[in-house]
Amino acid sequence: MNPALSVILLTTLIGAGQGLFVALVAADLGARFAAWAALPEAFVARAAGLALALLVAGLAASFFHLGRPLRAWRSAAQWRTSWLSREVIALPLAMALVALYGAAQLPLGSALRPHADWIGVLGVLACLALYVCTGMIYACLRFLQEWATPLTVVNFTLLGAASGFSIAAALARLDGLESATGFALSAAALTAFGLLGRTASLLRNARLRRSSTLATAIGIKHPRIVQSAAGFLGGSFNTREFFHGRKDAFVRQVKWLFLGGAFALPLLLLGAALGQGAAAWFVAAPLVQWSGLLLERWYFFAEAKHPQNLYYSAIA
Amino acid sequence: MTQLALVIDLNVCVGCHACVTSCKEWNTSGPAGPMGDERPYGEDPSGTFFNRVQTFEVGTYPDTQTVHFPKSCLHCEDPPCVPVCPTGASYKRAEDGIVLVDYDKCIGCKYCAWACPYGVRELDAQQKVMTKCTLCVDRITDATLPAAERKPACVMACPTNARLFGDVHDPDAEVSRAIREQGGYTLMPEWGTHPANHYLPRRRSEITLHPDELQRVDNPLKVDGKLPRPAPGAPALDDVTSW
Repeated sequence: MNPALSVILLTTLIGAGQGLFVALVAADLGARFAAWAALPEAFVARAAGLALALLVAGLAASFFHLGRPLRAWRSAAQWRTSWLSREVIALPLAMALVALYGAAQLPLGSALRPHADWIGVLGVLACLALYVCTGMIYACLRFLQEWATPLTVVNFTLLGAASGFSIAAALARLDGLESATGFALSAAALTAFGLLGRTASLLRNARLRRSSTLATAIGIKHPRIVQSAAGFLGGSFNTREFFHGRKDAFVRQVKWLFLGGAFALPLLLLGAALGQGAAAWFVAAPLVQWSGLLLERWYFFAEAKHPQNLYYSAIA
Repeated sequence: MTQLALVIDLNVCVGCHACVTSCKEWNTSGPAGPMGDERPYGEDPSGTFFNRVQTFEVGTYPDTQTVHFPKSCLHCEDPPCVPVCPTGASYKRAEDGIVLVDYDKCIGCKYCAWACPYGVRELDAQQKVMTKCTLCVDRITDATLPAAERKPACVMACPTNARLFGDVHDPDAEVSRAIREQGGYTLMPEWGTHPANHYLPRRRSEITLHPDELQRVDNPLKVDGKLPRPAPGAPALDDVTSW
């Protein structure tokens, strides 16, 4: 597949926004029921604002993927069958709950204050549902074998949550809150689990046996079939949308870069932050991790080989 | 239930692209608007086509066969492109099984193209909506056309009659007979999409000659020349030639 910047931005930005909100509600409710330090209301309001901003930015990026963005409102119609449609419903729902949760912390939303816990819990559920929807958009395409695995959903969730928790750690550290340590520890744990999940999917995809071959694609049972003409001389939608046109060596480099940028470096930075406590480490971790996740998502798309590419093996 | 489809005979297709140009001509002139072309006379032309003919070489020289392979939407019985559409623009008609796109509802998200293993959906670069073969739905249902012309434009154009059109659910239809008797098959059966379009495989075409067929056997006496006229009333081949 040819990675689209709009979709890379959408999935990384909303993943971080959801993770940030889950971190906030977990810490806020945890302080209610456990002996954790309570978060100041102004901090929660500001962090929820940032989570909302990330979700809005992701939604805005997604519009650039559409040929006809003005008709986007139609896309909520087929929620019975389409994971994309379900995502289109879950995203505004999560945005609304995040906004309400943030507003409940402010004086203007004091009427919501008594219901904040419920809004938070529902918001977390909406964010988790959104992770599942986003992951299932890719995992449900059974012939895109690199994606058709539960690991896709697991990784979207873990990576989004990890980046959200490291943003929460940075915000808390900037406000001098002691919750920063808890957020950073959780972020490190989620990043480590994310590394496990992503490595598992990389290993799985490296030993994938493809169900479709050129022989099944054109139905001629012969071991040696060579395409001599694609049917046209220039490009087409099929050659632009499904081929990224990069050399294998380039794709392999991106793999090592994202393994470093999304996992190894953030783990080191979070470790330094926890050990040394300097704000710079706390702030660097989410920035580095998000850049790494941009590469991770690029690789996620570039790695997937669509079976239609068999019909263009003269180009591939 | 009716399932309209094409049956394409790879044994007969000569790769002339008449179906491609005929398809483009008909569908770019229709009420759905033109099929976009970018830089048609430039160095890197690109455009929307519902039907394309590709060429494959099978085997190792000198034992090779050139296979021309036309491919358009296969109108799957279980189309994976339909359930993924978020707007319902992509749908399968219940009455005749044609998979269509409602151009007025499509938001151009390309998800259906990702969900099609055959790569037969193309986003039109100018209309910004997903387009695909309609089996010339505006032709085959047009009652003002003579019945013999109510066929897709590609079928009408094929000079070697490699494309058959009909209801593959009707066991007596020409297409069903061809599938049954000539080993019709579907593409990528491993994904369970059950394409309605079928392909007829290449067949070995040989003439077997026996030695006696190399000789004239209709004149076993080796007598060339005129036989005598029959007597009136005697049995004759044509009243002129006697037995």
